[in-house]
Amino acid sequence: MRNEGRWEPVARWLFVTPAVGYLLLFFGLPVAENVVMSLRDYTATTFYTGDAPFVGPRNYFETLSSDQFPQALLTTVVFIVGSLAGQFTLGLALALFFARAFPLGGVLRSLLLLPWLLPMVVSATTWRWMLDTDTGVVNHALRALHLVPSGVPWLTDTSGALTSVILVNIWVGIPFNTVILHGGLRDIPTQLYEAAELDGAGPLTTFRHITWPLLRPVAGVVLLLGAIYTVRVLDIILVMTGGGPADATQTLATRAYDLSFQQFEFGRGAALGNVLVLVSLVFAVVHLRAGRRALHG
Amino acid sequence: MAEGRTARRAPARGRLSTIAGIVLLALMLFPVYWMVNASLQPAGGVLRGDWFPRHPDLSGYATALRDQGRALVTSLVVALGSAVLSLVLAAPAAYALALLPLRGGAPVMFGVLVSQTVPGIVVANALYGAYSDLGLLNSYGGLILADSTAGVPFAIIVLRAAMASIPREVIEAARVDGAGQLRVFASIVLPVSRNALITSGLFAFLFAWSDFLFALTLNTTETVRPITLGLYDYVGAHSNQWNAIMATAVLAAVPAAALLVAAQRHVTAGITDGALD
Repeated sequence: MRNEGRWEPVARWLFVTPAVGYLLLFFGLPVAENVVMSLRDYTATTFYTGDAPFVGPRNYFETLSSDQFPQALLTTVVFIVGSLAGQFTLGLALALFFARAFPLGGVLRSLLLLPWLLPMVVSATTWRWMLDTDTGVVNHALRALHLVPSGVPWLTDTSGALTSVILVNIWVGIPFNTVILHGGLRDIPTQLYEAAELDGAGPLTTFRHITWPLLRPVAGVVLLLGAIYTVRVLDIILVMTGGGPADATQTLATRAYDLSFQQFEFGRGAALGNVLVLVSLVFAVVHLRAGRRALHG
Repeated sequence: MAEGRTARRAPARGRLSTIAGIVLLALMLFPVYWMVNASLQPAGGVLRGDWFPRHPDLSGYATALRDQGRALVTSLVVALGSAVLSLVLAAPAAYALALLPLRGGAPVMFGVLVSQTVPGIVVANALYGAYSDLGLLNSYGGLILADSTAGVPFAIIVLRAAMASIPREVIEAARVDGAGQLRVFASIVLPVSRNALITSGLFAFLFAWSDFLFALTLNTTETVRPITLGLYDYVGAHSNQWNAIMATAVLAAVPAAALLVAAQRHVTAGITDGALD
C-alpha cells in the first residue's frame, strides 16, 4: 500500500478533476462572465463587432430604476410566497394523510409524484388549455355548477393571470413537498405518539406539540428548496402567459430572459440575472445551514 | 377487549383511507387525464370538451408524430447523452469525495451544492455568447453539455451519499490485496452503487428531457429542436389544433410516466436524497 506514496493525492484528484472542470466551466465561468457582461454595453451588435464598451454600473441603474423593475420584483415576491404557501399547506396535508398505513397507500403516494416529474412545458400547455376562457374545462365545470355566470378570464385578466400561474406552480410543487414531509414524518419516533395518546392528547394537541416541532427542520429545508426552485421558474410563465397580460406575470427571471433574448440587451439581462443570483445565494446560505441542522439535529 | 375492537375496526378504516386516497389522487392527476382525453378527440377548430373520449380518434397522434417526430428523437438523443455524461463525470468524483481522503473535498462539495442554486437564465445568458464564439449554438453537443448542469450536481450528491455508506473494510481489504484505486472503483464501488447509479441516471435523463430554457436560448435554427421547444412553438403556431398539441404533450410526458411506473422506488429515493443531503 505504501509504494504509491506521493502520487496518491494526485491520483485521487484525477477522479474529481473532470467534474470540477465541468462545474467551473458551466457554473463558475458563467457567473463570473455575467458580472463582466453586466458592466459592459453588451448587445446584439457585440456578436458581430466584438465591441462591448465598459459602462460601469450603468446597466444596474437602468434596470433597477426602470418602471418594470418594482412591478417584476413585487410579482416575484407574490409568486414565491403564494406558491410556497399553497405547496406547503397542501403538501403537508397530503403527507399527514399518507402517514398512516393503509392498503395501496404507498402506490398512491408514488403516483402522486407525476405532476412533479412531467416537463413543465407539458403541464403548462395542458393547464393553458384547461384555463381557456371559452373552451377550457375549468370554466366549463364552474358554469355547470352555476358558480359563475360567464367564463372567468383566467389568463387574459391581469390578476387572474398571476393567480393562474401560481395555482399551476402549486400543482407542480405539491408532490415534492409531500414526499419530503412524508419522510420527515416517518422519522418521528412512534413512541412519542403512543405516549401522547396515553396522556389523552387529541390530534390537534399532538400535532402542535409533537409533529410540528419535530418536523420543523425538514419543513425549513422544503420551503427553502421551494423558494430556490420558484425564483427561477420560466417555463410555466412563458408557456401560459408569456409574461402578460400587460406584464402582470413578468417576474425577475422572465424579465432577465426578455432583456437578453428578446431585446438582445445582454448587459442589462446580466445585471438583472445577478440580482437573481444574489437572491438565490441568500436562500442557498440559509438552506445549507438549515440542511446541516436538519441532518445533524 | 380494546384490542379486539381496533382489530375489527382497522380494516374498515383502512379501506376508507384507500378510497379517500384514490379520490385525492384522481383530483391531483385530473390535468393528466384531461391531456390524454383531449389528445384522443377528433380534429377540429374548437373541441367540444367531452368528458370521455367516446370515439377515440388517433388523428391527433398522427399529426403530432408527423410534425414532432423528429423533435422526439432529438430529445431522446440529448437526454441519453446528458444521462451518460452526468454519470461519467459524477461517478468518479463521488467516489473520491465519499471514500478517499481528499484534500479540498469539502470546498468541492460546497461548490456542488451552491451550483444547484444558480438560476438557469444566468448560465444561459453567459453561455449564449461563449457558444456563439465556439460554434456550439444549434449543436447536439452544446445542448447536452448545457442540459447536464442539472444532472451533474444532482448525480454527485446522490452517488456520494450512496458510496459513503459502503463499509470501509471492503475497500481496505481490496487495497491490501493490491488493487489500485481504479480497480477498487470499477470492480467494487460501481457495482455496489448500482441503485444510486440508476437513480441519478434516470433523473439526469428526465432533467434533460424536460429542459426548456437551454433549448430555447441556445438554438437559433431548426437543427436541434427538442420536444419541449417543439410543443412551445406548436401552441403558438397551431392554437386551433388542440388534439395534435395535446397528443404532442402526451408523447412528451411518456418518459416521466414510464419511469414513475417502472422505477417508483428510484424516483422517491432520488427526490429525497437530492433534497436532504
